[in-house]
Amino acid sequence: MTTGKKTGSQLVVQGLIDEGVETIFGFPGGAVIPIYDVLYDAPVRHILTRHEQGAAHAADGYARATGRTGVCLATSGPGATNLVTGLSNAYMDSVPMVALTGQVAVPMIGNDSFQEADIYGITIPITKHNYLVKDINQLQRVIKEAFHIAKTGRPGPVLIDIPKDIQTFEVKARKIGEVRLPGYTPSTKGHPRQIEAIVRAIRNARRPVIYAGGGVIASGASAELKKFVRKSNIPITTTLMGKGAYPDGDPLSLGMPGMHGTKYSNYAIHEADLIMAMGVRFDDRVAGNVQKFAPLAKIIHIDIDPAEIGKRMAVDIPIVGDLKSILVMLNQKIETQTRKRWLERIDRLKEEYPLTYEKSGAVKPQFIIQTLSEMTKGQIIVSTDVGQHQMWAALFYQTTEPRRFLSSGGAGTMGYGFPAAIGAQVGQPDIPVVALCGDGSFQMCIQELATVRMYNIPVKIFIFNNGYLGMVRQWQEIFNDRRYSSTHLEFNPDFCKVAAGYEIPAFRVTQTAKVKPTIDKVLNMEGPVLVDFRVAPEENVIPMIPPGGGQTEFIGEGEDEE
Amino acid sequence: MMKKIISILVRNHPGVLSHVAGLFTRRGYNIESIAAGETENPDVTRITIVVAGDETILEQVTKQLRKLIDVIKVQDLSYSKSITRELVLLTIFSPAERRAEVINVVNTFDATMVDIADKTVTLEFVGNARKVSTIMKALEGFKVKEIARTGLVALPLESQAERNPNMI
Ligand SMILES: Cc1ncc(C[n+]2csc(CCOP(=O)(O)OP(=O)(O)O)c2C)c(N)n1
Ligand SMILES: [Mg+2]
Repeated sequence: MTTGKKTGSQLVVQGLIDEGVETIFGFPGGAVIPIYDVLYDAPVRHILTRHEQGAAHAADGYARATGRTGVCLATSGPGATNLVTGLSNAYMDSVPMVALTGQVAVPMIGNDSFQEADIYGITIPITKHNYLVKDINQLQRVIKEAFHIAKTGRPGPVLIDIPKDIQTFEVKARKIGEVRLPGYTPSTKGHPRQIEAIVRAIRNARRPVIYAGGGVIASGASAELKKFVRKSNIPITTTLMGKGAYPDGDPLSLGMPGMHGTKYSNYAIHEADLIMAMGVRFDDRVAGNVQKFAPLAKIIHIDIDPAEIGKRMAVDIPIVGDLKSILVMLNQKIETQTRKRWLERIDRLKEEYPLTYEKSGAVKPQFIIQTLSEMTKGQIIVSTDVGQHQMWAALFYQTTEPRRFLSSGGAGTMGYGFPAAIGAQVGQPDIPVVALCGDGSFQMCIQELATVRMYNIPVKIFIFNNGYLGMVRQWQEIFNDRRYSSTHLEFNPDFCKVAAGYEIPAFRVTQTAKVKPTIDKVLNMEGPVLVDFRVAPEENVIPMIPPGGGQTEFIGEGEDEE
Repeated sequence: MMKKIISILVRNHPGVLSHVAGLFTRRGYNIESIAAGETENPDVTRITIVVAGDETILEQVTKQLRKLIDVIKVQDLSYSKSITRELVLLTIFSPAERRAEVINVVNTFDATMVDIADKTVTLEFVGNARKVSTIMKALEGFKVKEIARTGLVALPLESQAERNPNMI
């Protein structure tokens, strides 16, 4: 990096370049004009979204699809607060992100100045770490630290709030040494004694199950995991966040566990005598009731975050460290076991409780997803919104590689799917990207149609138009006596006409027979395309375990519609 | 419910207290008291927190605190292996005829009378939790006008640690 006098804004952009950032997502405003001025002719691509939430989710989707840190930029006050949902979303799912916000000038802070918001205070509980830079001499160090913190250990979003005067002050740029954070030393290597204990537990287990999550993908450990599964012959269930960590559809794959998981994964957990939890957090949507979770099993928990160990679930063999390095060690030590009886039992569970849906006249959302899955062989990137269609995507789309299924897990943020797909497509221009959106969710970030048009980002948007906030309607059907309070979207726009307004080609599908030909046509089109699938309006996601239920306490199945 | 004294060293900057206090609200932990002050190193602040909860929660508190980037060190201090002190300023109504009673308490417990007004006296006393509550109890008969407490501060008892790690 060249030294010499630079403005704060130049240091910010230079910092991005030094960190290898090629693309950022953002939206300008008064408090970031100096940064935008530098971006005007900097070798960093800026994607202008139409809402800061879109920018945050796009940075998140970019990060999930590429493994690189996503960056977003917004102005002070309302610009910054519009990032909040996106930050919270990234924080819940441990996504590496750096958010830059403008702030009013340092002497103006605290006076309720125009477009002032305490975004530092607001984002403390939803970021891995955050900064308010009041001294330009700290700026370079802060940027370097932020990228280091976002990416290492358990990843997460970091916010840097930069007052406008700091952006314009000039200082002599310095050479910044290695990051020194005495309070931040994520452990990486697993303890050898614990490794031995795990190897022994595996050797003695008769009915082991692997329960793998987002940590596997964050650690880049999918190849090691595959090797481990093949060698140990242990069946594996992958969470929504872990989807793609192990190929769906493989004989040893049990699919997704939990509330809307496959029955066979939940039964396998219930019958297991050893649970190997890897990069998971025993979330309440997986383990609704920890007292009833895997009652017969010894629990091994592998995670990089020591605070996850014992947080919800009492653990027998904890091991803190990076999953990849731990799996490498385990792969050297474990023996091949055939596990004939247990795998026969698993096959029987799969036969007894197959994942199916009722075919009928209306277009079934499950059918659309299954068709897309078969046509693409799980090779494309799929993002989802939140709701029923998200669960069907998790169940029926077969993902075969990590970073190919992007979904808002911990936060369950409606409106995530479309902007995340934009970020993913920008980061992975050579892989087709399809956003699976709810008709409700899509309207939360619908404005990003302008973004895909402006940059000709070839995201394909599939809207599962059931006319309902379907997942909430389902809960009301089951738990509130069908009182569909405010879940019927009595008016929906004509999504095809909306697309036309943005000069984006669109198709409507109302018959099952048209599903496959339409998908085929759309996937072969260039540029963004929208498809409005009119799907069965009152379809339910089953199986379902009610909140707080044990792994086998399924409800709402086989019951006739009254 | 158990109580635990947690002593943490943090990088000293204006936002660090928000990070620490915010963690307690966000995760629903109960702070009994919190006291912060500079250490021998001006870049480092020591925050002493007394927190109540069951064993799992207390373990979580420590782990979550360790995750904060600005937290350099987290120490669990048990009451028995550390020296703990709190300072209390207490203003009570005490009519002239009962002053002797107050002076008696002051002398017995090594407290100090730091202000005397027509209707009130202000006392200062320092001690561990037990001593503080004993003095408060001894003065129960007086109506309290105002009270200010610093919250507990604590350091490990080095002598105990050196000589006999098993001694109480
Ligand atoms: C921002 C936000 N608001 C509210 C909710 C609560 N919620 C969860 S699922 C859902 C329904 C989503 O409807 P839609 O996008 O049409 O998907 P569907 O369930 O119909 O497939 C709602 C309202 C949420 N998850 N996120
Ligand atoms: Mg819907």
